[in-house]
Formats: sequence, C-alpha cells, structure tokens
Amino acid sequence: MHINHDITENSEKSIRELIEQKRQQRNFKEMFEKSIPTFLFLIASISILTTIGIIYTLLSETIEFFKRVPMTDFFTGTVLKPLSQTPEFGVLPLIMGTLTSSVIAMLVAAPIGLMSAIYLSQYASDKVRKIFKPLLELLAGIPTIVYGFFAFTFVTPLLRQFIPGLEATNILSPGIVMGVMIIPMIASLSEDAMSSVHNAMREGALGLGATKLEVTRKVVIPAALSGIIASFVLGISRAIGETMIVTIASGSTKNFTFDITQSMQTMTAYIVEVTGGDAATGSTIYYSLYAVAMTLFVFTLLMNLLARRISRKFREEY
Amino acid sequence: MVRRTKFRLVLDNLSKYIFLLATLFGLLVLSVLIYRVVVDGIGWLNFDFLTGKLSTQPERAGIMGAILGTFWLMLVVTPVTMFLGVGTAIYLELYAKKGRVQSFIETNISNLAGVPSIVYGILGLTVFARAMNLGNIALAGGLTMSLLILPIVIVASQEALRAVPSPLSEASYGMGATKWQTIKSVILPVALPSILTGAILSLSRAIGETAPLVVIGIPALLIPFPGSIFDKFTVLPMQIYYWTLDSSLTAEYANLAAATIIVLLLCLLVLNSTAIIIRNKFQKQF
Repeated sequence: MHINHDITENSEKSIRELIEQKRQQRNFKEMFEKSIPTFLFLIASISILTTIGIIYTLLSETIEFFKRVPMTDFFTGTVLKPLSQTPEFGVLPLIMGTLTSSVIAMLVAAPIGLMSAIYLSQYASDKVRKIFKPLLELLAGIPTIVYGFFAFTFVTPLLRQFIPGLEATNILSPGIVMGVMIIPMIASLSEDAMSSVHNAMREGALGLGATKLEVTRKVVIPAALSGIIASFVLGISRAIGETMIVTIASGSTKNFTFDITQSMQTMTAYIVEVTGGDAATGSTIYYSLYAVAMTLFVFTLLMNLLARRISRKFREEY
Repeated sequence: MVRRTKFRLVLDNLSKYIFLLATLFGLLVLSVLIYRVVVDGIGWLNFDFLTGKLSTQPERAGIMGAILGTFWLMLVVTPVTMFLGVGTAIYLELYAKKGRVQSFIETNISNLAGVPSIVYGILGLTVFARAMNLGNIALAGGLTMSLLILPIVIVASQEALRAVPSPLSEASYGMGATKWQTIKSVILPVALPSILTGAILSLSRAIGETAPLVVIGIPALLIPFPGSIFDKFTVLPMQIYYWTLDSSLTAEYANLAAATIIVLLLCLLVLNSTAIIIRNKFQKQF
C-alpha cells in the first residue's frame, strides 16, 4: 500500500511534466497553425500591391506631366513632336495609330475567329475538334516578337507586291498579323459561349426542320451573343496593348492620318521608343512616357471591365 | 417549296466548308510562318552560332549570351512566381472566408491579367530598376516578369487546388491532422501535377515575352556573358528584336533573327510538351 502510493506520487509528477510539455508543444503548433493564414494573406496581398504600384507610379508621374503640359493640349493635340525645339505633346496621333491597328486586327480576327468557333462547336466531330483546337492554340503560344519578325520580313514585302504605295513600315501589315494572333482567343472564348447554349434549344430548332446553318444563325449565335461580344472586346483590348508587332512593323512616324499604307506609331510603340532613347529623368519627354502609359492603361482597363460586365450578363441568362 | 428546301440545304453545306476554311486560315498562317522561319534560319543554325558571342559581323555572331541570360532570368522568375502564385492560391482557396476580401483580391487578379505587358515594364523600370536601383540586371527583369505572369500562375493553381477531391482532405482531418498538415501532406501533393502544368505554361510565356524587358532597357551592345542574376543580360527575344530591326540595314541579320526564333520556338516546344506529358501522366489519378 505504502509502496504503491509512492509510485503514484512519482508518476503523477512526471505525468504533470508530460502534460506541461505536451501543452507547450501544442501551443507552439497552434501558434504555427494560426500564423499561416496571416503569412499567406501577406503573400496574397502582393497582387494588390502590384495594382497599387502600377496606379501610383503612373498617376504620380502623369500629374507631374500635366503640370508642364496642359491636359487639353495633350488630349486634343494632333501633333506629337517631343524632340523638336518647340516640343508638342498631342496624344491623338498615338491614339489614331493604336485604334487603326486595332480595327484592322479586329477586321481579321472577328470574322475568322467567329467562323472558326462556329465550325468547332457546331460542325466538327469530337475527333476533328481534338486535333484543331490545340493546333489553333499554338497560334496563341507564339511569342509576339516572332509575329513582329513575320510581319516585317514577310507580310509587308508580300503586301507591297499588291499595294505599290505601301511604306516599308506601315500600320496595315502589323494590324493583319495582330489579327491572326488574336484569332485563337476569339475562337476559343466564342466557342465556349456557343457550346454552353442549351442543347434543348438546338435540338428543338433542328426538330422543326431548320438546317444547321439556320440553327447557328438564329438560335445559337443570338443565345451566345453576349459571350461572343465579350470575346471581341477582349480581343480589342489585347490589340490595344500589343507592343512588339507594332514596334517592329509600324515604324515610329507620329502620323495623324487614316492612311493605312503609311507608318504610324501606337501608344505602346511610343513607350518603347522613349524608354529606348534614354530620356533623361525629369525631362518632359520622360513624363510624357507615363502620361501615354496611363492613357493605355485606362483604355485597356475599361475594355476588360466592359468585357467582364457583358459576359456576366450572359452567365446570368443561361 | 422543294426548290427552297434544296437551296437551304446547299447553303448549309456550303457554309460548312466556309467555316472550315476560316478555321484552316489560322493554321495556314502558322505553317507559312514556321516555314519562312525555318527556310531563313536553318542554314545559320550550327554549333558556333549556339555557343558564340555576339558580334557585329553576322557570320560570327552567336547567341550564347542570350541563352545564359534567359537561364538567369528564369532562375529568378521560377521560384518567385511559384512561391507567390501557389501561396496566393492556397490562401484564396483554403483559408480566405468567402466574402469581400476574397472577391476583392480575385477581381484584382483578373484585372491584373488584362494589364498590357508593357505597363508591367514601366512598373519594373520605375520600382526595380530606378527606385531600388537594380538597373538592368537579370534580377530586375526577373522580378518584373514574375509580376507579369503571377495572375496566370495563381488562377491555374487555384483550379488545381479546387480539383482535389474533398474526401481526401476530410479523411485527413478525421485522422486528427491540422489544416496546415492536411494542406502540406495531402492537398498539395495531389494538386502538384496540375500546378506544375500551369506553372510551366506561364513560364514559357515569360521566356517569349519581350516588351517589359525592352522598357527596362536591355543593352543592345556587346556585353560579356552574364554569370549571375546580378549581371547585365540579354535574352533570346531581345536578340530577335534587335536583329529584326537591323535586318533593314544588313539582310543577314534577318537570318540571324530567324535562327534565334528557331531556338526560341524549340525551347517553348520542349516546355509545352513537358507540361502536356505531366498533365496526361497524372490526369484522373483519383
């Protein structure tokens, strides 16, 4: 009895120690567990910091630019001569170049992309689709610099055989090549939209005796319209932000014109030209870089928000 | 009536071929592009070209510097984007409460994905090259490129994590494992192949991307081979850029650009097939 009591007392002591030890371990483990969400939140906030960083750098330098050049001069000026004795900073030539090349790109990409989407989602068998889709996606995987090379060394010389007045750098050829680059994007987004149209609608129309073309034209496309339009808007946004193709193939002439056979500069190409030319920090040219980049950023942001809004509407309906 | 039906059927058949032709147009351009590049460049592609230094004489120019530069760039981009991308994805999928914070971060990420790459270049120029005074070294370029592809890696990793069957994690919780233990030993290993697939695809995007590096200001002149991430560097796309611009001066530069494009496309092909192999090998594991 006596011995037994002794043992209990002894082991009780060690058990108490064990409990204490265990509790410390658990405390550490709990602290570790609890710190993980905070740590991961910090990592996740890098993406927000990136956005803040972009907006802050663009905005602060743009404000500095507008202290030197009035906003009205910038947004309504049709002459851009940053390096002349009396420099002029009108952004309209750049906007003209950007919009012209984007319109040409969309004239290529929208019909061809949409028709590809129709073929892949309505006509092609599973087997054909499985071959064609990844092949089309290859187009999207080619670096834009390669497209630039292609536009400059192949498409422009080719076009010059048909259009005698075409300059060696012009806005037409990069526009077309940019369109080719955007085809897979429009094709795949539009195909998604068309594939998600209810089969019952399709079959109902087919059952009434409509041909496949009629079903596509009168049922599938109207039903998928918002998805298709969203893909077009995203395509335009992509074309506006594209840099290397236009930098190489459209030249650096700041033309305010509708003539697509001439060299024109886009907003992106201007940014490349100014940064490449080592503009001295603090000069007006240096700040104009940020004003142009801000304009580009706002353009593409608006396009992307618009596309999201349109496609969200589409998701609610079906 | 019969005639009208016939017309409709003919039209239907005809349109099918028009749509097929449209689909083939993209592939036609792709094959012309590859054909042109190979014809222009294959003759210039040899051992000396791959291992040689940059030179003002086209016959002696090589791209070893650009290959090494690409290597150092990726040595920065890969760990940074994997760490930030997978970390963000784990937070959003497994920790964040469904609500304002989560949807705010997700909206922000999808907006970032739509920002033109050249704007990232300006961010990199202002923050990394100038404010942090890194200049145009591989570290600055790599950090810029990481931010650029981060949204893609996050979204791909999120999808990979979401695809892990919930019975697996529930079993782990049932055995008394903590949340982090479950993530570390159960969820991440299962999601890893898809995460890797997404990561490799976005890294291949970083290898081909040029615009941000042009903005940061990569030297076009002859520089010694870069030996670390703190050296000035150039990459394959930059080399293609300069040689394409120079091709209007000396025609041989177009051949050099084409030969470099072949090397770049082969790199991308290897990366993308690796991604596809990983995807196919580990698909439908559960």
